[in-house]
Amino acid sequence: MKAIAYLSNFLNKTFVIMELELRKLHHDPTELITRAVQPALWLLVFGQVFTKMRAIPTGDISYIDFMSPGILAQSVLFISIFYGIAIIWERDLGIVHKFLVSPTPRAALVLGKALSAGLRAMTQAVIIYILAILLGVKINWNPLALLGMVLAVILGATCFSTFSLIIACLVKTRERFMGIGQLLTMPLFFASNAIYPISVMPDWLQIIARINPLTYEVDILRGLMLANGTTTYPPGIDFLVLLAVSTALVLIGAKLYPSVVI
Amino acid sequence: MSVIETISLTRLFGSLKAVDGLSFSIEPQEVFGLLGPNGAGKTTTIKMLTTLLPPTSGIGLVAGFDIRKQPAKVRHMVGYVPQFISADGTLSGYENLLIFAKLYDIPGKEREKRIHSALAFMGLEDSANKLVKQYSGGMIRRLEIAQSILHRPEVLFLDEPTIGLDPNARRIVWTHIKQLQKEFGTTILLTTHDMDEADSLCDRVAIMNLGIIATIGSPSALKDSIHHPGATLDDVFIYFTGNSIEGGNFRETARMRRIARRLG
Repeated sequence: MKAIAYLSNFLNKTFVIMELELRKLHHDPTELITRAVQPALWLLVFGQVFTKMRAIPTGDISYIDFMSPGILAQSVLFISIFYGIAIIWERDLGIVHKFLVSPTPRAALVLGKALSAGLRAMTQAVIIYILAILLGVKINWNPLALLGMVLAVILGATCFSTFSLIIACLVKTRERFMGIGQLLTMPLFFASNAIYPISVMPDWLQIIARINPLTYEVDILRGLMLANGTTTYPPGIDFLVLLAVSTALVLIGAKLYPSVVI
Repeated sequence: MSVIETISLTRLFGSLKAVDGLSFSIEPQEVFGLLGPNGAGKTTTIKMLTTLLPPTSGIGLVAGFDIRKQPAKVRHMVGYVPQFISADGTLSGYENLLIFAKLYDIPGKEREKRIHSALAFMGLEDSANKLVKQYSGGMIRRLEIAQSILHRPEVLFLDEPTIGLDPNARRIVWTHIKQLQKEFGTTILLTTHDMDEADSLCDRVAIMNLGIIATIGSPSALKDSIHHPGATLDDVFIYFTGNSIEGGNFRETARMRRIARRLG
Protein backbone atom coordinates (compact mmCIF):
# COMPACT_ATOMS: atom_id res chain seq x y z
CA MET A 1 0.00 0.00 0.00
CA LYS A 2 2.76 2.38 0.98
CA ALA A 3 4.58 1.62 -2.24
CA ILE A 4 1.46 2.35 -4.29
CA ALA A 5 0.89 5.65 -2.48
CA TYR A 6 4.52 6.58 -3.10
CA LEU A 7 4.31 5.64 -6.77
CA SER A 8 1.09 7.56 -7.37
CA ASN A 9 2.55 10.61 -5.63
CA PHE A 10 5.71 10.26 -7.71
CA LEU A 11 3.81 10.06 -11.01
CA ASN A 12 1.46 12.83 -10.01
CA LYS A 13 4.37 15.20 -9.22
CA THR A 14 6.16 14.17 -12.41
CA PHE A 15 3.09 15.31 -14.36
CA VAL A 16 2.97 18.61 -12.45
CA ILE A 17 6.56 19.33 -13.53
CA MET A 18 5.63 18.42 -17.12
CA GLU A 19 2.61 20.71 -16.92
CA LEU A 20 4.91 23.50 -15.77
CA GLU A 21 7.24 22.99 -18.75
CA LEU A 22 4.34 22.77 -21.19
CA ARG A 23 2.87 26.00 -19.89
CA LYS A 24 6.24 27.71 -20.41
CA LEU A 25 6.41 26.37 -23.94
CA HIS A 26 2.87 27.54 -24.60
CA HIS A 27 3.82 31.11 -23.61
CA ASP A 28 6.95 31.11 -25.78
CA PRO A 29 7.16 28.51 -28.54
CA THR A 30 9.75 30.38 -30.66
CA GLU A 31 12.52 28.04 -29.51
CA LEU A 32 10.87 25.11 -31.24
CA ILE A 33 10.85 26.88 -34.59
CA THR A 34 14.48 28.03 -34.43
CA ARG A 35 15.50 24.56 -33.32
CA ALA A 36 14.06 23.08 -36.50
CA VAL A 37 16.47 24.97 -38.73
CA GLN A 38 19.47 22.74 -38.07
CA PRO A 39 17.89 19.36 -38.90
CA ALA A 40 16.35 20.96 -41.97
CA LEU A 41 19.80 22.00 -43.17
CA TRP A 42 21.23 18.54 -42.55
CA LEU A 43 18.47 16.86 -44.52
CA LEU A 44 18.33 19.37 -47.35
CA VAL A 45 22.01 20.05 -47.87
CA PHE A 46 24.03 17.16 -46.49
CA GLY A 47 21.35 14.58 -47.25
CA GLN A 48 20.73 15.67 -50.83
CA VAL A 49 24.42 15.87 -51.69
CA PHE A 50 25.33 12.51 -50.19
CA THR A 51 22.33 10.83 -51.79
CA LYS A 52 23.66 11.95 -55.20
CA MET A 53 27.23 10.89 -54.40
CA ARG A 54 26.27 7.37 -53.31
CA ALA A 55 29.45 7.42 -51.21
CA ILE A 56 28.03 5.59 -48.24
CA PRO A 57 26.82 1.97 -48.50
CA THR A 58 23.28 1.88 -47.15
CA GLY A 59 22.08 -1.44 -48.56
CA ASP A 60 18.62 -1.53 -50.12
CA ILE A 61 17.54 1.93 -49.11
CA SER A 62 18.59 5.30 -50.51
CA TYR A 63 20.92 7.48 -48.48
CA ILE A 64 18.23 10.04 -47.69
CA ASP A 65 16.05 7.24 -46.32
CA PHE A 66 18.97 5.94 -44.30
CA MET A 67 19.80 9.35 -42.94
CA SER A 68 16.35 10.69 -42.00
CA PRO A 69 15.97 8.61 -38.82
CA GLY A 70 19.57 9.55 -37.99
CA ILE A 71 18.72 13.24 -38.21
CA LEU A 72 15.62 12.69 -36.10
CA ALA A 73 17.82 11.07 -33.46
CA GLN A 74 20.26 13.94 -33.84
CA SER A 75 17.60 16.54 -33.08
CA VAL A 76 16.47 14.50 -30.10
CA LEU A 77 20.08 14.61 -28.91
CA PHE A 78 20.62 18.32 -29.61
CA ILE A 79 17.38 19.50 -28.03
CA SER A 80 18.10 17.43 -24.93
CA ILE A 81 21.81 17.81 -24.39
CA PHE A 82 21.65 21.50 -23.51
CA TYR A 83 18.77 21.00 -21.12
CA GLY A 84 21.19 21.21 -18.21
CA ILE A 85 21.85 24.85 -18.93
CA ALA A 86 18.24 25.62 -18.00
CA ILE A 87 18.85 23.94 -14.65
CA ILE A 88 21.88 26.15 -14.00
CA TRP A 89 19.92 29.21 -15.08
CA GLU A 90 17.06 28.30 -12.74
CA ARG A 91 19.54 27.64 -9.96
CA ASP A 92 21.12 31.07 -10.45
CA LEU A 93 17.69 32.64 -10.15
CA GLY A 94 16.58 30.65 -7.10
CA ILE A 95 13.81 28.65 -8.75
CA VAL A 96 15.48 25.31 -8.04
CA HIS A 97 15.77 26.18 -4.34
CA LYS A 98 12.06 26.57 -4.06
CA PHE A 99 11.33 23.27 -5.77
CA LEU A 100 13.80 21.47 -3.54
CA VAL A 101 12.23 22.90 -0.37
CA SER A 102 8.82 21.62 -1.50
CA PRO A 103 7.90 18.04 -0.58
CA THR A 104 8.36 16.87 -4.19
CA PRO A 105 10.29 13.62 -4.72
CA ARG A 106 13.65 14.48 -6.28
CA ALA A 107 13.24 11.80 -8.91
CA ALA A 108 9.92 13.40 -9.95
CA LEU A 109 11.66 16.75 -10.46
CA VAL A 110 14.24 15.05 -12.67
CA LEU A 111 11.89 12.78 -14.60
CA GLY A 112 9.33 15.56 -15.11
CA LYS A 113 12.00 17.72 -16.73
CA ALA A 114 13.26 14.79 -18.79
CA LEU A 115 9.84 13.86 -20.13
CA SER A 116 9.13 17.44 -21.07
CA ALA A 117 12.37 17.38 -23.07
CA GLY A 118 10.67 14.41 -24.76
CA LEU A 119 7.65 16.52 -25.61
CA ARG A 120 9.89 19.21 -27.08
CA ALA A 121 11.66 16.56 -29.11
CA MET A 122 8.29 15.36 -30.42
CA THR A 123 7.69 18.74 -32.05
CA GLN A 124 11.00 18.22 -33.88
CA ALA A 125 9.87 14.76 -34.93
CA VAL A 126 6.78 16.25 -36.56
CA ILE A 127 8.89 18.74 -38.52
CA ILE A 128 11.39 16.07 -39.59
CA TYR A 129 8.60 13.75 -40.74
CA ILE A 130 7.20 16.56 -42.88
CA LEU A 131 10.62 17.32 -44.38
CA ALA A 132 11.26 13.62 -44.98
CA ILE A 133 7.97 13.24 -46.84
CA LEU A 134 8.84 16.23 -49.02
CA LEU A 135 12.20 14.64 -49.82
CA GLY A 136 10.48 11.43 -50.89
CA VAL A 137 11.41 9.26 -47.93
CA LYS A 138 9.09 6.27 -47.69
CA ILE A 139 7.47 6.50 -44.27
CA ASN A 140 5.99 3.62 -42.30
CA TRP A 141 2.44 4.77 -41.47
CA ASN A 142 1.53 1.74 -39.39
CA PRO A 143 -0.03 3.21 -36.19
CA LEU A 144 2.02 0.83 -34.04
CA ALA A 145 5.22 1.95 -35.73
CA LEU A 146 4.26 5.60 -35.16
CA LEU A 147 3.50 4.89 -31.52
CA GLY A 148 6.82 3.13 -31.20
CA MET A 149 8.55 6.14 -32.75
CA VAL A 150 6.91 8.48 -30.21
CA LEU A 151 8.08 6.20 -27.41
CA ALA A 152 11.60 6.03 -28.81
CA VAL A 153 11.82 9.82 -29.17
CA ILE A 154 10.60 10.43 -25.61
CA LEU A 155 12.88 7.74 -24.23
CA GLY A 156 15.88 9.10 -26.13
CA ALA A 157 15.18 12.66 -24.95
CA THR A 158 14.80 11.40 -21.37
CA CYS A 159 18.14 9.69 -21.61
CA PHE A 160 20.12 12.63 -23.04
CA SER A 161 18.41 15.41 -21.06
CA THR A 162 19.06 13.59 -17.79
CA PHE A 163 22.64 13.04 -18.84
CA SER A 164 22.79 16.79 -19.39
CA LEU A 165 21.25 17.48 -15.98
CA ILE A 166 23.87 15.29 -14.33
CA ILE A 167 26.66 17.23 -16.02
CA ALA A 168 25.03 20.49 -14.91
CA CYS A 169 24.94 19.25 -11.31
CA LEU A 170 28.62 18.37 -11.51
CA VAL A 171 30.04 21.47 -13.24
CA LYS A 172 27.58 24.00 -11.73
CA THR A 173 28.42 27.03 -13.88
CA ARG A 174 27.11 28.01 -17.28
CA GLU A 175 30.53 28.66 -18.79
CA ARG A 176 31.89 25.25 -17.91
CA PHE A 177 28.66 23.58 -18.96
CA MET A 178 28.73 25.18 -22.42
CA GLY A 179 32.29 23.99 -22.92
CA ILE A 180 31.53 20.43 -21.92
CA GLY A 181 28.23 20.38 -23.82
CA GLN A 182 30.03 21.32 -27.05
CA LEU A 183 32.70 18.77 -26.30
CA LEU A 184 30.20 15.92 -25.90
CA THR A 185 27.65 16.57 -28.60
CA MET A 186 29.77 16.07 -31.68
CA PRO A 187 31.53 12.86 -30.54
CA LEU A 188 28.17 11.39 -29.48
CA PHE A 189 26.78 12.18 -32.90
CA PHE A 190 29.71 11.09 -35.07
CA ALA A 191 30.44 7.97 -33.02
CA SER A 192 27.00 6.62 -33.85
CA ASN A 193 25.24 5.10 -36.82
CA ALA A 194 23.25 8.30 -37.47
CA ILE A 195 24.73 9.26 -40.85
CA TYR A 196 26.78 6.19 -41.78
CA PRO A 197 26.53 2.53 -40.83
CA ILE A 198 28.74 1.14 -38.07
CA SER A 199 30.28 -1.32 -40.54
CA VAL A 200 32.25 1.42 -42.34
CA MET A 201 33.89 2.62 -39.11
CA PRO A 202 37.41 1.64 -37.99
CA ASP A 203 37.41 -0.98 -35.22
CA TRP A 204 38.05 1.36 -32.30
CA LEU A 205 35.19 3.61 -33.36
CA GLN A 206 32.89 0.62 -33.74
CA ILE A 207 33.45 -0.21 -30.08
CA ILE A 208 32.57 3.33 -29.01
CA ALA A 209 29.54 3.36 -31.31
CA ARG A 210 28.25 0.18 -29.71
CA ILE A 211 28.32 1.65 -26.21
CA ASN A 212 26.83 4.95 -27.39
CA PRO A 213 23.11 5.10 -26.46
CA LEU A 214 22.50 7.26 -29.54
CA THR A 215 23.29 4.24 -31.73
CA TYR A 216 20.35 2.36 -30.22
CA GLU A 217 18.11 5.41 -30.58
CA VAL A 218 19.03 5.66 -34.27
CA ASP A 219 18.65 1.93 -34.77
CA ILE A 220 15.13 1.74 -33.36
CA LEU A 221 14.05 4.87 -35.23
CA ARG A 222 15.39 3.42 -38.48
CA GLY A 223 13.27 0.36 -37.90
CA LEU A 224 10.14 2.34 -37.05
CA MET A 225 10.25 5.38 -39.31
CA LEU A 226 10.93 3.81 -42.70
CA ALA A 227 8.45 1.79 -44.73
CA ASN A 228 11.09 -0.88 -45.37
CA GLY A 229 13.22 -0.13 -42.35
CA THR A 230 15.30 -2.76 -40.63
CA THR A 231 17.21 -2.64 -37.37
CA THR A 232 20.70 -3.93 -36.68
CA TYR A 233 19.72 -5.09 -33.21
CA PRO A 234 16.38 -6.65 -32.28
CA PRO A 235 13.96 -3.74 -31.52
CA GLY A 236 13.42 -5.12 -28.01
CA ILE A 237 17.13 -4.77 -27.28
CA ASP A 238 17.17 -1.17 -28.53
CA PHE A 239 14.27 -0.24 -26.24
CA LEU A 240 15.76 -2.14 -23.34
CA VAL A 241 19.13 -0.40 -23.65
CA LEU A 242 17.49 3.03 -23.80
CA LEU A 243 15.17 2.25 -20.90
CA ALA A 244 17.95 0.86 -18.73
CA VAL A 245 20.29 3.80 -19.41
CA SER A 246 17.47 6.32 -18.79
CA THR A 247 16.43 4.69 -15.53
CA ALA A 248 19.98 4.62 -14.26
CA LEU A 249 20.53 8.26 -15.25
CA VAL A 250 17.28 9.43 -13.61
CA LEU A 251 18.28 7.72 -10.36
CA ILE A 252 21.76 9.27 -10.46
CA GLY A 253 20.23 12.63 -11.40
CA ALA A 254 17.82 12.48 -8.47
CA LYS A 255 20.76 11.84 -6.15
CA LEU A 256 22.80 14.72 -7.57
CA TYR A 257 20.05 17.28 -8.19
CA PRO A 258 19.95 18.68 -4.61
CA SER A 259 23.70 19.37 -4.79
CA VAL A 260 23.18 21.96 -7.52
CA VAL A 261 22.17 24.56 -4.88
CA ILE A 262 25.15 23.94 -2.58
CA MET B 1 7.54 24.54 22.66
CA SER B 2 9.88 26.32 20.28
CA VAL B 3 9.08 26.22 16.58
CA ILE B 4 12.74 26.22 15.65
CA GLU B 5 15.50 24.91 17.85
CA THR B 6 19.12 24.27 17.00
CA ILE B 7 21.79 22.68 19.15
CA SER B 8 25.41 23.15 18.07
CA LEU B 9 24.36 23.26 14.43
CA THR B 10 27.51 23.31 12.32
CA ARG B 11 28.32 23.37 8.62
CA LEU B 12 31.78 23.17 7.17
CA PHE B 13 32.77 23.94 3.59
CA GLY B 14 36.15 22.28 3.37
CA SER B 15 37.96 23.70 6.35
CA LEU B 16 35.83 26.84 6.49
CA LYS B 17 33.29 26.88 9.32
CA ALA B 18 30.39 28.66 7.65
CA VAL B 19 28.16 27.99 10.66
CA ASP B 20 29.93 27.13 13.87
CA GLY B 21 27.99 25.46 16.69
CA LEU B 22 24.82 27.50 16.41
CA SER B 23 22.34 27.11 19.29
CA PHE B 24 19.20 29.20 19.42
CA SER B 25 15.43 28.85 19.45
CA ILE B 26 12.49 30.71 17.98
CA GLU B 27 9.09 30.80 19.67
CA PRO B 28 5.73 30.42 17.92
CA GLN B 29 4.50 33.49 16.04
CA GLU B 30 7.76 35.34 16.44
CA VAL B 31 9.26 37.41 13.65
CA PHE B 32 12.92 36.63 14.09
CA GLY B 33 15.68 38.45 12.23
CA LEU B 34 19.05 36.98 11.39
CA LEU B 35 21.50 39.82 10.79
CA GLY B 36 25.16 39.90 9.95
CA PRO B 37 27.70 40.80 7.29
CA ASN B 38 27.98 38.83 4.03
CA GLY B 39 29.55 35.47 4.71
CA ALA B 40 28.43 35.46 8.37
CA GLY B 41 26.50 32.23 7.81
CA LYS B 42 22.91 33.50 7.58
CA THR B 43 22.01 31.91 4.26
CA THR B 44 23.83 28.69 5.21
CA THR B 45 21.72 28.56 8.38
CA ILE B 46 18.50 29.03 6.41
CA LYS B 47 19.57 26.43 3.85
CA MET B 48 20.13 23.90 6.63
CA LEU B 49 16.82 24.65 8.34
CA THR B 50 14.93 24.31 5.04
CA THR B 51 16.66 20.96 4.27
CA LEU B 52 18.55 22.32 1.25
CA LEU B 53 21.90 21.68 2.88
CA PRO B 54 22.73 18.86 5.28
CA PRO B 55 24.48 20.05 8.45
CA THR B 56 27.96 18.71 9.16
CA SER B 57 27.02 18.16 12.79
CA GLY B 58 24.55 19.29 15.44
CA ILE B 59 20.78 19.14 15.69
CA GLY B 60 18.11 21.25 14.08
CA LEU B 61 14.41 20.91 14.85
CA VAL B 62 11.77 22.67 12.77
CA ALA B 63 8.13 22.40 13.88
CA GLY B 64 9.20 19.44 15.98
CA PHE B 65 10.88 17.53 13.15
CA ASP B 66 14.56 16.74 12.80
CA ILE B 67 16.04 18.38 9.70
CA ARG B 68 18.44 15.50 9.22
CA LYS B 69 16.23 12.52 9.99
CA GLN B 70 12.84 13.78 8.81
CA PRO B 71 13.50 16.19 5.94
CA ALA B 72 10.29 15.20 4.14
CA LYS B 73 8.22 16.15 7.20
CA VAL B 74 10.06 19.44 7.58
CA ARG B 75 9.34 20.31 3.93
CA HIS B 76 5.60 20.09 4.56
CA MET B 77 5.86 22.53 7.46
CA VAL B 78 7.96 25.30 5.97
CA GLY B 79 7.68 27.95 3.30
CA TYR B 80 10.77 29.50 1.75
CA VAL B 81 11.42 32.62 -0.27
CA PRO B 82 15.02 32.52 -1.54
CA GLN B 83 17.11 35.64 -1.79
CA PHE B 84 17.16 35.44 -5.57
CA ILE B 85 14.16 35.57 -7.84
CA SER B 86 12.30 32.32 -7.54
CA ALA B 87 9.07 33.09 -9.38
CA ASP B 88 9.10 31.90 -12.98
CA GLY B 89 9.10 34.93 -15.27
CA THR B 90 7.85 32.97 -18.27
CA LEU B 91 4.61 32.00 -16.49
CA SER B 92 1.71 34.11 -15.25
CA GLY B 93 1.33 34.86 -11.56
CA TYR B 94 -1.63 32.51 -11.39
CA GLU B 95 0.33 29.68 -13.02
CA ASN B 96 3.21 30.15 -10.59
CA LEU B 97 0.76 29.65 -7.76
CA LEU B 98 -1.08 26.78 -9.45
CA ILE B 99 2.05 24.68 -9.90
CA PHE B 100 3.06 25.11 -6.27
CA ALA B 101 -0.46 24.40 -5.02
CA LYS B 102 -0.22 21.11 -6.88
CA LEU B 103 3.26 20.31 -5.61
CA TYR B 104 2.05 20.90 -2.05
CA ASP B 105 -0.87 18.47 -2.49
CA ILE B 106 -3.60 21.04 -1.99
CA PRO B 107 -6.70 19.18 -3.20
CA GLY B 108 -8.54 20.34 -6.33
CA LYS B 109 -11.54 21.99 -4.67
CA GLU B 110 -9.47 23.84 -2.13
CA ARG B 111 -6.83 24.85 -4.69
CA GLU B 112 -8.64 27.70 -6.46
CA LYS B 113 -9.81 29.10 -3.13
CA ARG B 114 -6.30 29.15 -1.71
CA ILE B 115 -4.81 30.65 -4.86
CA HIS B 116 -7.37 33.42 -4.93
CA SER B 117 -7.05 34.18 -1.25
CA ALA B 118 -3.26 34.27 -1.58
CA LEU B 119 -3.56 36.64 -4.55
CA ALA B 120 -6.02 38.83 -2.65
CA PHE B 121 -3.89 38.77 0.48
CA MET B 122 -0.85 39.97 -1.45
CA GLY B 123 -2.81 42.48 -3.52
CA LEU B 124 -2.10 40.78 -6.84
CA GLU B 125 -5.60 39.89 -8.05
CA ASP B 126 -5.54 42.30 -10.95
CA SER B 127 -2.24 40.98 -12.30
CA ALA B 128 -2.88 37.28 -11.80
CA ASN B 129 -2.93 36.51 -15.51
CA LYS B 130 -0.05 38.74 -16.53
CA LEU B 131 3.33 37.15 -17.17
CA VAL B 132 5.62 37.59 -14.18
CA LYS B 133 8.21 39.11 -16.58
CA GLN B 134 5.96 42.18 -16.65
CA TYR B 135 5.69 42.48 -12.85
CA SER B 136 7.48 45.14 -10.83
CA GLY B 137 10.09 44.07 -8.27
CA GLY B 138 7.72 44.50 -5.36
CA MET B 139 5.01 42.49 -7.12
CA ILE B 140 7.46 39.64 -7.79
CA ARG B 141 8.38 39.53 -4.11
CA ARG B 142 4.73 39.52 -3.08
CA LEU B 143 4.00 36.74 -5.55
CA GLU B 144 6.87 34.71 -4.15
CA ILE B 145 5.56 35.15 -0.63
CA ALA B 146 2.09 34.17 -1.88
CA GLN B 147 3.65 31.01 -3.39
CA SER B 148 5.31 30.12 -0.14
CA ILE B 149 2.18 30.44 2.04
CA LEU B 150 -0.27 28.44 -0.10
CA HIS B 151 0.12 25.38 2.10
CA ARG B 152 -0.17 27.46 5.31
CA PRO B 153 3.31 26.67 6.62
CA GLU B 154 4.07 26.94 10.31
CA VAL B 155 7.38 28.59 9.59
CA LEU B 156 8.23 30.95 6.79
CA PHE B 157 11.85 31.61 5.81
CA LEU B 158 12.49 34.87 4.03
CA ASP B 159 16.04 35.38 2.79
CA GLU B 160 16.50 39.13 2.32
CA PRO B 161 12.87 39.73 1.38
CA THR B 162 13.28 43.39 0.39
CA ILE B 163 16.68 43.34 -1.31
CA GLY B 164 16.65 45.58 -4.37
CA LEU B 165 13.22 47.10 -3.66
CA ASP B 166 12.46 50.80 -3.53
CA PRO B 167 11.20 52.26 -0.21
CA ASN B 168 7.53 52.10 -1.19
CA ALA B 169 7.64 48.51 -2.37
CA ARG B 170 9.63 47.65 0.73
CA ARG B 171 6.98 49.08 3.05
CA ILE B 172 4.24 47.15 1.29
CA VAL B 173 6.17 43.91 1.77
CA TRP B 174 6.66 44.77 5.45
CA THR B 175 2.93 45.29 5.94
CA HIS B 176 2.26 41.88 4.43
CA ILE B 177 4.82 40.15 6.63
CA LYS B 178 3.24 41.73 9.73
CA GLN B 179 -0.18 40.66 8.54
CA LEU B 180 0.98 37.07 8.03
CA GLN B 181 2.15 36.94 11.60
CA LYS B 182 -1.12 38.38 12.89
CA GLU B 183 -3.68 36.59 10.72
CA PHE B 184 -2.14 33.16 10.29
CA GLY B 185 0.11 33.01 13.34
CA THR B 186 3.02 32.17 11.06
CA THR B 187 6.45 32.12 12.63
CA ILE B 188 8.85 34.04 10.42
CA LEU B 189 12.61 33.85 10.17
CA LEU B 190 14.11 36.48 7.93
CA THR B 191 17.58 37.67 7.07
CA THR B 192 18.32 41.24 6.17
CA HIS B 193 21.03 43.85 5.81
CA ASP B 194 18.53 46.58 6.42
CA MET B 195 18.58 47.62 10.07
CA ASP B 196 15.39 49.67 9.64
CA GLU B 197 13.70 46.53 8.46
CA ALA B 198 14.95 44.51 11.41
CA ASP B 199 13.94 47.25 13.83
CA SER B 200 10.40 47.67 12.55
CA LEU B 201 9.60 44.02 11.79
CA CYS B 202 11.39 41.76 14.22
CA ASP B 203 10.40 40.78 17.72
CA ARG B 204 13.90 39.48 18.26
CA VAL B 205 17.09 39.53 16.25
CA ALA B 206 20.34 37.61 16.31
CA ILE B 207 23.50 39.18 14.96
CA MET B 208 25.72 36.58 13.35
CA ASN B 209 29.41 37.04 12.69
CA LEU B 210 31.92 34.48 11.40
CA GLY B 211 29.49 31.61 11.82
CA ILE B 212 28.43 32.25 15.40
CA ILE B 213 25.74 34.32 17.09
CA ALA B 214 27.41 37.42 18.50
CA THR B 215 24.32 38.62 20.32
CA ILE B 216 20.61 37.90 20.48
CA GLY B 217 17.62 39.77 21.87
CA SER B 218 14.85 42.24 21.10
CA PRO B 219 15.98 45.29 19.09
CA SER B 220 15.43 47.58 22.06
CA ALA B 221 17.30 45.31 24.47
CA LEU B 222 20.23 45.16 22.05
CA LYS B 223 20.33 48.94 21.72
CA ASP B 224 20.46 49.23 25.51
CA SER B 225 23.14 46.56 25.74
CA ILE B 226 25.90 48.60 24.13
CA HIS B 227 25.58 51.44 26.68
CA HIS B 228 25.54 54.17 24.11
CA PRO B 229 22.78 56.73 24.52
CA GLY B 230 20.58 57.08 21.43
CA ALA B 231 22.10 53.96 19.85
CA THR B 232 20.45 52.63 16.69
CA LEU B 233 20.46 49.04 15.48
CA ASP B 234 23.17 50.13 13.04
CA ASP B 235 25.41 50.94 16.00
CA VAL B 236 24.65 47.57 17.53
CA PHE B 237 25.50 45.86 14.25
CA ILE B 238 28.83 47.64 13.94
CA TYR B 239 29.60 47.07 17.62
CA PHE B 240 29.24 43.31 17.25
CA THR B 241 30.59 42.77 13.75
CA GLY B 242 33.14 45.57 13.31
CA ASN B 243 36.01 43.12 13.67
CA SER B 244 35.08 41.14 10.58
CA ILE B 245 36.66 41.84 7.23
CA GLU B 246 34.29 42.98 4.51
CA GLY B 247 32.41 39.97 3.17
CA GLY B 248 31.11 38.89 -0.24
CA ASN B 249 33.13 37.79 -3.24
CA PHE B 250 32.97 38.68 -6.92
CA ARG B 251 30.46 36.01 -7.85
CA GLU B 252 28.08 36.84 -5.01
CA THR B 253 28.29 40.53 -5.77
CA ALA B 254 27.67 40.00 -9.48
CA ARG B 255 24.66 37.86 -8.67
CA MET B 256 23.29 40.35 -6.19
CA ARG B 257 23.57 43.24 -8.62
CA ARG B 258 21.95 41.23 -11.37
CA ILE B 259 19.01 40.53 -9.10
CA ALA B 260 18.81 44.15 -8.02
CA ARG B 261 18.73 45.17 -11.68
CA ARG B 262 15.96 42.70 -12.50
CA LEU B 263 13.88 43.80 -9.56
CA GLY B 264 14.48 47.53 -9.98
